[in-house]
Amino acid sequence: MATDFASALAAAFGLIVGLDPAFLGVVALSLQVTLSALAIAAVIGLPLGALLGISRFPGRTVLVVVVNALMGLPPVVAGLLIFLLLSRSGPLGAFGLLFTPGAMVVAQTVLILPIVVALTRQVIEDLWSEYGDHLRSIDLVGARAVPTLLWDGRFSLTTALLAGFGRASAEVGAVLIVGGNIAGHTRTMTTAIALETSKGDLPLALGLGITLVGLTLAINAAAFMAGRIGARFAG
Amino acid sequence: MRETTSILPLRFEGVGFSVGGQDLVRDLDLTVERGHTTVLLGPNGAGKSILLRLAHGLLAPSRGRIDWAAGEGETTGRRRHAMVFQKPVMLRRSAHDNLTHALAAAGVGWRARRAKTAETLERFRLAHLAGRPARLLSGGEQQRLAIARAWALDPELLFLDEPTSQLDPAATRTIEEMLTGLTAEGRTLMMASHDLGQARRLATRIVFMNRGRIVETGPAAVFFARPRTEEAVHFLDGELI
Repeated sequence: MATDFASALAAAFGLIVGLDPAFLGVVALSLQVTLSALAIAAVIGLPLGALLGISRFPGRTVLVVVVNALMGLPPVVAGLLIFLLLSRSGPLGAFGLLFTPGAMVVAQTVLILPIVVALTRQVIEDLWSEYGDHLRSIDLVGARAVPTLLWDGRFSLTTALLAGFGRASAEVGAVLIVGGNIAGHTRTMTTAIALETSKGDLPLALGLGITLVGLTLAINAAAFMAGRIGARFAG
Repeated sequence: MRETTSILPLRFEGVGFSVGGQDLVRDLDLTVERGHTTVLLGPNGAGKSILLRLAHGLLAPSRGRIDWAAGEGETTGRRRHAMVFQKPVMLRRSAHDNLTHALAAAGVGWRARRAKTAETLERFRLAHLAGRPARLLSGGEQQRLAIARAWALDPELLFLDEPTSQLDPAATRTIEEMLTGLTAEGRTLMMASHDLGQARRLATRIVFMNRGRIVETGPAAVFFARPRTEEAVHFLDGELI
């Protein structure tokens, strides 16, 4: 068993170092889908979370609880709902997105949007308690205060985006349902790992696993360092 | 300071502010005249900070009226009063960018913003700190920057909520010199303070408060020489009231 594992590991490194085209295609698609979903979730979620953090309206507490709860939305349930929406007979079937990378982006966006909104809401609410008096004093209230709060909270908000990235890059259930795991078209690292493991092709599964963990570590480390350096200069 | 229609006097008529049915301030009748330095004196919980926040519009009165002579904001389209807080609120930016941010929020254009920021840094002797992160400045430097930031907005009336309560004597003296300079420019100041010595040095008028109401108002010299109420006499003697 140990020998099998060692040989699988060696073969996995061979795939990575040898820049196998099929292997690289899966990695590239995974990054493309995950980063697209993250970008969309950031554009929508950061201002939405900030507004939720500084606004007071009836039902706000319920909304905060719902958003927090949605952070734990089971991927397969999200995948099923999006599948029904995008299927040919569904309300968005006319767009022909099902079993395309676009559907996978939609699925991942739905999964990570609550994470970005909820964590942004917390960061901005804390910042508002510190900045509120001054910003209201210079008439920056409501939506007008959001750019200032997002900019000044940018180093803390990196964590929100990293959490979203982590969730999206590790996700398998939803993208499997709406993407279909079609080779060369919608196969990502996670869906490929699941498939290759079930087929017994451990070298490819391991190679993809090592790459996935390595990419996640590299992106987190880069964001952490950028945050530390930036925070030092911004105070 | 720009010559425009004055927003002063500022008038409080029967103003009250309540939270959860409890009156924090009540029956406030007060007129703030142009050119004065009015110091709000009183023990903790007297309502000094709430009065300043009501005047600046950070709180809405539960009762009564607060009126500005010229319909504040109508003459120039922007607020003509500014506020400096007890603990300076510094954005996570350089001292320079804290100034430009406030000016941008006030709608000052890019070119004018640059010029005003440079002028402000020079005027308040902060130019050597311009590039430093504002939150890493000393307490005294942060409060100087907060006052400079408020000044940059060219307010006719400046509210100050115990601006020196967290500062050492040297920094306090610097701030007091800055405030004296602002009054020399014709600006009107309204400041809460616990420091009787500071009130004697800076105030032309005193508003003495206790337990959410105004107990006594009048010229500073008269207040300190001949306080009219027993509460004020006890307060000036350093007794509990």
